[in-house]
Amino acid sequence: METFSSRLLQAAVEEFSRLPGIGKKTALRLVLHLLRQEKEDVIRFSEAISRLRQEVIYCTQCHNISDQALCEICRSPRRDNTVICVVEDIRDVIAIENTGQFHGLYHVLGGIISPMDGIGPNDLAIDSLQQRVEKNKETIQEVILALSTTMEGDTTNFYLFKKLKPYHVGISVIARGIAIGDDLEYADEVTLGRSIINRTPYQNSLTK
Amino acid sequence: MLNFDLSKSPFMHCKELSLVNFKNYQEANLGFSEKFNCFAGNNGAGKTNVLDAIYYLSFCKSFANPVDSQNIRFEEDFFVVQGKYQVNGQEDDLYCGLKRNQRKVFKRNKKEYDRLSDHIGVYPLVLLSPGDTQLILGGSEDRRKFIDGVISQYNKEYLQRLLTYNRALQQRNALLKVFAEKRRFDEASLEIWDEQLIQNGVYILKERKLFFRDFLPVFNNYYATLSGENETVTIEYQAAAGEDNYREKLLEARERDRIAQYTTMGIHKDDLLFMINGNPVKKFGSQGQQKSFIIALKLAQFAFTKKVKGFTPILLFDDVFDKLDAERVQHLMQLVSKEDFGQVFVSDTHASRIEKLFKSIGAECKIFIVDQGSIAKTKTINAQ
Repeated sequence: METFSSRLLQAAVEEFSRLPGIGKKTALRLVLHLLRQEKEDVIRFSEAISRLRQEVIYCTQCHNISDQALCEICRSPRRDNTVICVVEDIRDVIAIENTGQFHGLYHVLGGIISPMDGIGPNDLAIDSLQQRVEKNKETIQEVILALSTTMEGDTTNFYLFKKLKPYHVGISVIARGIAIGDDLEYADEVTLGRSIINRTPYQNSLTK
Repeated sequence: MLNFDLSKSPFMHCKELSLVNFKNYQEANLGFSEKFNCFAGNNGAGKTNVLDAIYYLSFCKSFANPVDSQNIRFEEDFFVVQGKYQVNGQEDDLYCGLKRNQRKVFKRNKKEYDRLSDHIGVYPLVLLSPGDTQLILGGSEDRRKFIDGVISQYNKEYLQRLLTYNRALQQRNALLKVFAEKRRFDEASLEIWDEQLIQNGVYILKERKLFFRDFLPVFNNYYATLSGENETVTIEYQAAAGEDNYREKLLEARERDRIAQYTTMGIHKDDLLFMINGNPVKKFGSQGQQKSFIIALKLAQFAFTKKVKGFTPILLFDDVFDKLDAERVQHLMQLVSKEDFGQVFVSDTHASRIEKLFKSIGAECKIFIVDQGSIAKTKTINAQ
């Protein structure tokens, strides 16, 4: 372990290096950078972090990060409440929002089923999704499963499908296939094969 | 259907090889015959190391030592293996270099690969080495690995499905452990993994059976040639379940799985039973018969690889003459000297035995006398 001339410095470096992707050297660089900033700036920085952790709440309906009991998306009257898009985590909500193609509501699971990582169905917001669909089965027409296209994602999709089947809502899964702008010859064979099997009528690409 | 017309195939061969600080070679430059190249010398002279260098250029790694840095010559900082290959009239330069504590660099025609896996399979090679006895003596895993490797060469979906299956298997086994720890068994969470195992397991099973339908006649043919047709050999695929009852079998095994805390039924337990004259080769085959069995397996693999690639792979025979009688050695070398096989590299302890053998066969053969990490002498017989 390296030793520093100041215990304060040492403590700060150790805290930073606990962050993902940050090693001891990067931590030291960040800490020294902060020391060179105005006091007010650094205080604002640390307050933003501590308030984030203390005051942030999760939407009671979709589990997205929120400032109030219901998040902005769930509160918005302009959103289409007949469609729910199920995603793994909050980053996926941000990614889908950035597409501007989806106007329905979300449901954030908080991960995918993976016993090797100690994550079972009970560790995810699956019960609350089931209750949500049950409670709103008159309005909800479709649940879109937008999880990773890994084996664990597929397995979680299958679990959700089994849990939601009794409610007679439409259940769809996001398309998988060739990325926009890709040359076919560089696509991997599995993806290309899947694209052929899951081809869509040409008419659909004209109307959208 | 794969078709095994082995006659007149396009040809791949290594023309030149140069080594710097590779294993016990300080520096060596070798020019090869298009047909046979034999390395003769005492134990530890460096015969196998030349074969290993050729293996490096095909698979980006050693067959003898998985730790790359240990293939650098003692007290040196780097090694370089370079080869000039001719494939279908085109000449390619391959380069593999490693500096201590640095990443391995692999280049084809001076252009570095982004991923080493892009290179593997482009210059196909089939190796026969003493370690192959594991195919017979080792566990069922060794035998599955062999067929999975051959099938994956021509069926990319198979490889993908196999990886998915193995991953789902790990997850299911982890779940069974969690159940045991928590003393709680939740069928709904187990079923979703069963579904992955069934979907992919049935596919793998079907493909393996299709593969055997094609593979077995090729294998039998080679074995008959080697042994002089005095023995009957077969390979049985032993499956715990069929395609039609896979689901039921997995369900039946569930209670057993719960107690064992791992998945006891599935294609990951299937095995190949090698039989000679109606008895298992493992118990009843002599060492020479076992060796012939392995050679026939490898030659059948060669035929498949050649079919997939459209040209002949390189053959490496590391110390194969050990435990084979003179007649079988003669049969083997006669077989691979034919047109349907390409370039062959052989290591053996006796230069005189090699010379006599190839003189009787009449095929072109370049003999390298290896001594303490250098080529002491070369001699070409039956030059064409």
